[in-house]
Amino acid sequence: VENVKLLDRYTNRKAANGTLYLTATHLIYVEASAEVRKETWILHHHIASVEKLPLTTAGYPLLIHCKNFHVAHFVLGQERECHDVFTSLLKLSQPVKPEELYAFSYNPKMSKESREMGWKLIDLKLDFQRMGIPNNCWEITDVNKDYEVCSTYPPEIVVPRAATKAVVMGSSRFRSRGRIPVLSYLYKENNAALCRCSQPLAGFSARCLEDEQMLQAIREANPGSPFMYVVDTRPKLNAMANRAAGKGYENEDNYENIRFKFIGIENIHVMRSSLQKLLEVCEMKSPSMSDFLTGLENSGWLRHIKAVMDAGVFLAKAVREEKASVLVHCSDGWDRTAQVCSLASLLLDPFYRTFKGFMVLIEKEWIAMGHKFSHRCGHLDGDPREVSPVFTQFVECVWQLMQQFPCSFEFNERFLLEIHDHVFSCQFGNFLGTCHKEREDLRIFEKTHSLWPFLLQRKQELRNPLYRGFTAYKELQPNTLPFSFQFWCGMYNRFDKGMHPKQCVLDHLLGCMSQKVELEDSASELENKLPFLDGPLPGEPSSVPKPGHPAPKAPVGNTAPDCGGAAPPVLSNGASPGAVGSSVDQKHKENLSHPHQELSAPTETSDCAAKDGKAQHQ
Amino acid sequence: DEWRLSCINRDFSVCHSYPPVVIVPKSVNDEELRKVALFRHGNRFPVLSYYHRKNGMIMMRSSQPLTGTNGRRCKEDEKLINATLRPGKRGYIIDTRSLNVAQQARAKGGGFEQEVHYPQWRRIHKGIERFNILQESLIKLVEACNDQSHNMDRWLSKLEASNWLTHVKEILTTACLAAQCIDREGASVLVHGTEGTDSTLQVTSLAQIILDPRCRTIRGFESLVVREWLQAGHPFQQRCAQSAYSNSKQKWEAPVFLLFLDCVWQILRQFPCSFEFNENFLILLFEHAYASQFGTFLGNNENERAKLKLPQKTMSLWSWVNGTEEINRFLNPIYEANSLVIWPAVAPQSLQLWAGVFLRWNRPSKYLDEAQEEMVRIINYNKELQAKVKVLRRHLAELEAGGRMQENP
Repeated sequence: VENVKLLDRYTNRKAANGTLYLTATHLIYVEASAEVRKETWILHHHIASVEKLPLTTAGYPLLIHCKNFHVAHFVLGQERECHDVFTSLLKLSQPVKPEELYAFSYNPKMSKESREMGWKLIDLKLDFQRMGIPNNCWEITDVNKDYEVCSTYPPEIVVPRAATKAVVMGSSRFRSRGRIPVLSYLYKENNAALCRCSQPLAGFSARCLEDEQMLQAIREANPGSPFMYVVDTRPKLNAMANRAAGKGYENEDNYENIRFKFIGIENIHVMRSSLQKLLEVCEMKSPSMSDFLTGLENSGWLRHIKAVMDAGVFLAKAVREEKASVLVHCSDGWDRTAQVCSLASLLLDPFYRTFKGFMVLIEKEWIAMGHKFSHRCGHLDGDPREVSPVFTQFVECVWQLMQQFPCSFEFNERFLLEIHDHVFSCQFGNFLGTCHKEREDLRIFEKTHSLWPFLLQRKQELRNPLYRGFTAYKELQPNTLPFSFQFWCGMYNRFDKGMHPKQCVLDHLLGCMSQKVELEDSASELENKLPFLDGPLPGEPSSVPKPGHPAPKAPVGNTAPDCGGAAPPVLSNGASPGAVGSSVDQKHKENLSHPHQELSAPTETSDCAAKDGKAQHQ
Repeated sequence: DEWRLSCINRDFSVCHSYPPVVIVPKSVNDEELRKVALFRHGNRFPVLSYYHRKNGMIMMRSSQPLTGTNGRRCKEDEKLINATLRPGKRGYIIDTRSLNVAQQARAKGGGFEQEVHYPQWRRIHKGIERFNILQESLIKLVEACNDQSHNMDRWLSKLEASNWLTHVKEILTTACLAAQCIDREGASVLVHGTEGTDSTLQVTSLAQIILDPRCRTIRGFESLVVREWLQAGHPFQQRCAQSAYSNSKQKWEAPVFLLFLDCVWQILRQFPCSFEFNENFLILLFEHAYASQFGTFLGNNENERAKLKLPQKTMSLWSWVNGTEEINRFLNPIYEANSLVIWPAVAPQSLQLWAGVFLRWNRPSKYLDEAQEEMVRIINYNKELQAKVKVLRRHLAELEAGGRMQENP
C-alpha cells in the first residue's frame, strides 16, 4: 500500500511518508521521503492489537500495539486500504493452528546436524550434575516418562531418594494437576534445597499421607536443618478462597516441622491489568512529571516487581542463611513459582548469571517445568484472560538486579530484550506450546530451531563489558527498598528513542572491547616482526606496559564449570570474543614475561644479516 | 565589535550584587547604564551572559524591570536591549515566572517588558518555582528518601508529592527553550525572573552547558560556576545555610544551586561521553556550597567576598580541585570531546532521581563503585595498549630505516 504515513508519537515532526508491505511473516514499512532508506519491520506475531481510529484530516489511522511495546501509528489514504490492512493483520497476527507459527516455516541456512546440535546445547541433566545430583539424597528419576505423574512436567524430574514410587504417585494425586514437589535447585554448600510444586488438594481438612512423607523426605535430605519452609506465593486471601474448591494450602499440623508462610504476589489477572495501566502511562502524550509518577504508582507495576523480588530474596536467604530447604508453590506452580524459583537461583548461583547459565535457568524453571508460554504470550487466537506478563516481570527483575550489580552479569540489557522479543516472536521452537509433552506432540525438536545458539553467536554485542567474571560475586543480596527499583524505560518505552540517553555507555565500552582485541593483535604482530629485523632493541623495554597488569576477566566465565555440554562446533565456531580475547591475552602475557627471549633472538638474526653481508662482499 | 567591558561597578556602587566588571553593548555608555540600573530590580541591569560563536547570537540576563502598575518606561533600558539585536533580527525575553506571577509583581513595583516598547522582542513566560516552594520540595524529597517503610506506593506517592522532579523538568525545559531560541531560531535571548539571582542563573548556565562544549570540561564548568553563579551574585550564604534538616524556617533558604547541579547530572546521564567530569564533581560542588573549608562559596556576592577579604584569607576550592592528585577522582573515563549542541530529553521517563545525592547514605554503593573502577580499568588498559603499539611501530620503522642504511652504505 502506497502513500502511508507513520506518525511520530512524541514530536510534532512531519509524519513520514512511505509504503506499507505485508509479507507472510512481517509488516514492513519503507519510508519514501527519507534520504537514507529507512525501514520499520514488525513481526506479525509481535502484534498484540490493531485498531482503526476515527477518520482524521490526514486519512484513515491504524494503531498497532506490539507485545514488545512497540506502538506504530499509521495513516492510510483510503478507507478500503485501511480496512484491508486491518483485516489482514488481524488474521496474520492471530494464527489459529500451531503449525501456522513462524518457527515451523523459519528456515535459516543450516544443516540438519547443527540444527539438532542446537537443541542439545542446553542439557538440564548437566546442570543437576553440577549441583552434585544424583547423590545420596536426590535422584533423577524417569518416573514421569509416560507423563503418568504429571502431564505438564518433563519426563525426568529430581525427587528425594527416600520418596518411593508409591509416595510420588500418592503425592501426585494430592497436588493440583499432579505437580508434585520436585527439586529446582540444590545449594551445594549446605545441602539446602529449593523445591517447587502446585497447591495441595487440602480443602478444609483433607490430608494425604504420601504427600506428608514427600515433604518429610525433602526435609530429611537436608540434615543441617531441623525444619523446612513451605512458601505459598499467593496472598493469603486467595489461598483461602481456593480451599472452598477443594484446593488450598498445607496445614502446619499435618506436616512435621514445616514453617508455613504466605508471600502475597498477585495473580495473572491483576498483573495483566497492571501492565495495561503502565503502558497507558507510557503512551501518554507529553505528561507532566506528576501525571507520570501518579500513573506509575496507580499501575502498581513496580509494587508487583518488588513483591516478586522480595520473594526471591526470601527464598535465597532461607537457603543460604537459615540453611533450610524451601518448598514453593502458588496455585498451579507454573507462574509465580517459576518467577521466584528462578530468581532465587539467580541470586544464589553465579553460573546462572552467565550466558549459558541464564539459558539453562530459563529452560529449566520456565520451559521444562511447564510455564504456559503459549497462553501467557497469546501465541494463538485464544482466551485473552490467559495472557499475562509473568515472564516479562521475571526479565524485569533481572534487569533491576543488573542496575544494582553492574559487574555481576556476563550479558547486558540487550540480551534480556532479545530473549523477551523471541518469547513472543514464535520464530524459534523453545517457547512454543505450554509444556514438554505438548512440544513433543508438536514435534518442535524435529521441525524448528532452538533460539540459544543464535544468541550465543551474537555474544559480542550482547555481553556486559563490565562483567568481572564468574568468581567475583557469589550470592547477590539486593536492596529491595522501594527506591531501589527504577522504571525500565529501555523496555516499556524501548521504541521511543527520543527518551533514551543520546550516548550509550554500553556501546562505548563494547567498542573498547573490540578495539582491545585489535590492539592486542597488532601488538603481538609487531612484536613478532621486531626481533627478526635487526640487532638488540633500542633500550626501551620499560616503555612497554607493565606485565603486572591483571589479565582481562572476561574469559574467566568460560573456564568456569561449564555444565551446558559442549557447544556445537559449527555454531560457536570458536569465534566468541571471550575465546579470542583469552588466546591473545595469553600471547600478550608470554611476550611480556619473557623479554629475554626477545632479546636473545636478534643475535641469531644479526648473524644471518652478517652472513648475508659477507656473501654480498664476496 | 558590539560589546565592551565596563568598570562602572568598580566599587559596587551601581549594583551591589554585580561583579566590578561586566560586559555590555558598546553603544550604551556608562551614564546610560546608571539609568538602566535604576529601572531594574536590585539595579541588575542587562549584561552579557553568553555569546554563541556559531551564529553570533547572544544571551543576556538581568532582573525584572520596575514598570509598576502604571507602566513606567525607561528610554535607556529600551535602547540597551534593542542595541543588542542586529538589524532585522528578533529576540526573545524569557521571563522565568508565569504570566500570573509576573503580573502580580507589578503591584510591588516590579513587572515585565511591554512588547509595544520592545517591538523586536517577544516575551515568553515559564513557571520556575522559587524560595520556600523549592525548600519544601527538598525537605519532602529527603524525607521520602529516608522513609524505610517497605511500601512502593508510599514511596512513589511521596516522590511525586515532593515535586522535586517537576522542578527539574521545568528548569531543564526552560533552559532548552533558551538554547533553542539561540541555536535553532537564530535569535538573541534575555532571561530574567524577579531578582535575576536564582531561576535566571539556572536557565542561563544550563543553556550554556547545552550549547557550549567548553562548559562540559572541568575548567570550563568551574568558570561557568564562577561567572554565572558566584560573580553573577547568587546569594549562596542565604540559599545554602541549612539544607533539608533545618528546624527553623529560613526565609531565604532554597536549593536553587542544587537543582542546577541536578539538571546538569540529568544531562550528564543522557550524554555520558560528553562531559570531562563525572558525577562526583557535581556532588563535591553540592557539598561545598553548603559547608566548606574553602572560601569560594562564602558570602552572597563579590561585594561581600571582597569586604570579608576572602581571597586573601581563605583557600579557593578550585585550586584544590585542580591539584593533580584530586582531579583524577572527578574525571570521566569515557569522555570524548564533543563539539555539538546537546539536547537533553525532558520527558518524565527520561528524568531520574539523582541517587548519587539523595540515596547516597541510604544504599550501599560498593557495586556501583566497582563498576566505575572496571570502566576506568578497561579504558586505561586500552590506552596502555595504544601507547605500546605506537612504541612498537616506531621501533619497527626505525629498524627498517636503519636496515636500509646498512644495506646501502
